[in-house]
Amino acid sequence: MHEFRVQVGPAAFRIGSAWKRPLDQLAELYRDYPVPEVPDYSVRLKAVSFWRRFIRPSVAINGDYMLPDAAPLPLVQGLLAAEMAMNLQMALGWRRHLLLHASAVEKNGRAVIMTGASGSGKSTLAAMLGCRGWRLMGDEFVLLDPVTGELAPFPRLISLKNEAIGAMQAMALDGRFGPLMTGTPKGNIRHLVPARDAIRSMAEPAQPALLLFPSFGFEPAVREISLSEVFMRLTQASTNYVALGERGFTTLTRFIKTVPARAIDYRDGQEAEALVDRLWSELA
Amino acid sequence: MKRDAMLLVDALRDPSGITELDADGWTALLAMARAEQLLGTVARRLSGLSVPGAVANILGEARINAEYQRRSALWEADCARRALAGYPGKVVLMKGTAYAAAGLKASEGRHIGDLDIMVARDDLPQVEAALLAAGWEWVKSDPYDDAYYRDHMHELPPLIHKERDRMIDVHHTILPLTARPKPDAVAMLEDAVALENGLYVLSPRDMVIHSAAHLFADGELDGGLRNLWDIHCLLAEFGDESFWQMLKSRAEHHQLWPAVYRAGRLAHRLYGTEIAKDWQRRNRWDNWYAKRLTARDDWGRGTRKFIRLIFYIRSHWLRMPPLMLARHLWVKWRKPV
Repeated sequence: MHEFRVQVGPAAFRIGSAWKRPLDQLAELYRDYPVPEVPDYSVRLKAVSFWRRFIRPSVAINGDYMLPDAAPLPLVQGLLAAEMAMNLQMALGWRRHLLLHASAVEKNGRAVIMTGASGSGKSTLAAMLGCRGWRLMGDEFVLLDPVTGELAPFPRLISLKNEAIGAMQAMALDGRFGPLMTGTPKGNIRHLVPARDAIRSMAEPAQPALLLFPSFGFEPAVREISLSEVFMRLTQASTNYVALGERGFTTLTRFIKTVPARAIDYRDGQEAEALVDRLWSELA
Repeated sequence: MKRDAMLLVDALRDPSGITELDADGWTALLAMARAEQLLGTVARRLSGLSVPGAVANILGEARINAEYQRRSALWEADCARRALAGYPGKVVLMKGTAYAAAGLKASEGRHIGDLDIMVARDDLPQVEAALLAAGWEWVKSDPYDDAYYRDHMHELPPLIHKERDRMIDVHHTILPLTARPKPDAVAMLEDAVALENGLYVLSPRDMVIHSAAHLFADGELDGGLRNLWDIHCLLAEFGDESFWQMLKSRAEHHQLWPAVYRAGRLAHRLYGTEIAKDWQRRNRWDNWYAKRLTARDDWGRGTRKFIRLIFYIRSHWLRMPPLMLARHLWVKWRKPV
């Protein structure tokens, strides 16, 4: 079995694979990241059966934490399988922070957190802002420290989907993109390596300063949201709120009481950036 | 470096030995412990010892997780208690939840999954109806599986709670009805010990016997190291001089002495459990059990495929007579997945 290790923020992964190619792709994309000695989680890409290692090779995702009904992926999407497996370990296993399904960017030690359903554009927005003067802290998971209330960065590869791929190709540097994978369960996917400063400062936390609930595809607008709604939405956005028990509750309630929250609607990146900048200067 | 899960066994048996581990040794130990669902137990055993920073983080996380499992298991037990408040018979907690509710050492750091309870067989319809009324529902709707459970198993088909998404297994005895040993479930219920909240746990002897039966008279020894660790903890907590003779005669009454004897020998051999002097005999088959129990590599993957297969076949052999086994496999094979 081939092996690759990578440290992303506070989490360390070991990835084993029956094939070398997905690991070569990971090594290329994660070339600037540290290599850990003792991984937090192990994941394995294995053939669904002996023959499927060679003929129409098909990747089954395996690891410390698994979903019983995870569908296998074709080998050309092996990189995606590895990324999904690493996300799964975080979603099911991580207990050191309150984990929110959200993206975040930072400026001067203070962070904007963006959360919402899949398709709200939170990931693309973070990727875009990460190219325009903000430091990307994460495009998928936001980690809230139960003791300090700070945000720990988790700058994994940015997973761009469908239209976002073209938009970011116009903005980010060449040589920082992974292979284009077409026809995945989520459409077309292409990974983007976060900017160098995001990787270099992946151990530096930030103070949460603004919480946004973006919605893509509507006339630009800003709405206030009640504390109780913010609370309910964030319990749903968290994968480990219940598991953390009282610590989860105190961490989350402190967060929503101290961080102003707004819902924003937008139709394109420019509108979104203008709204974020405006709210940042007004509220944060 | 040790190539199998003796690495994990040794860490549990004598935690001070971990000072010899390098980064690869730790990686292998943690992967094996996760695969055997013993990471929380390892974290408890190693607490207070000096370990590398990355390892300390992982063990700290395992402690948080074990606390969560304990909390939710006890909550789930209480939900069942309230659902069955109108049932006059004894509701006996089993396995992990029982150890936690009774405050036993076996529950420290232990992974706890489904809720297991035991009630009198004649009362099953009443208990079933009460649980269904309180929001549990059937997991399987397949008529063959359902009939199989009801006719031949020691428990109802699994129920899952529709809001909390947690499973409950309702037992009426401790082995499938088709297995050769016929434990005396009535006596088990009679001797069950009351907890403060009105629920019950098995008596110490029956608790050990159930754990041993689960490990050695049923199933294919999957997750066996955790099960054997339970037995180690139970014997360490209960095993005074008078206990051994009582345990033996009770096990004979339940027709489970071979399983209990084997459990004692293997716990002694792997975890260094103190057992009665005259139990400390060599048995040539124990080597194979030890090999099966420790069949893991440094990624936590199962190894020794052939030994695993033998134990898999054995598990079915123990569970049902040959003709019935043939029929069962035939039905299972014909059914589309």
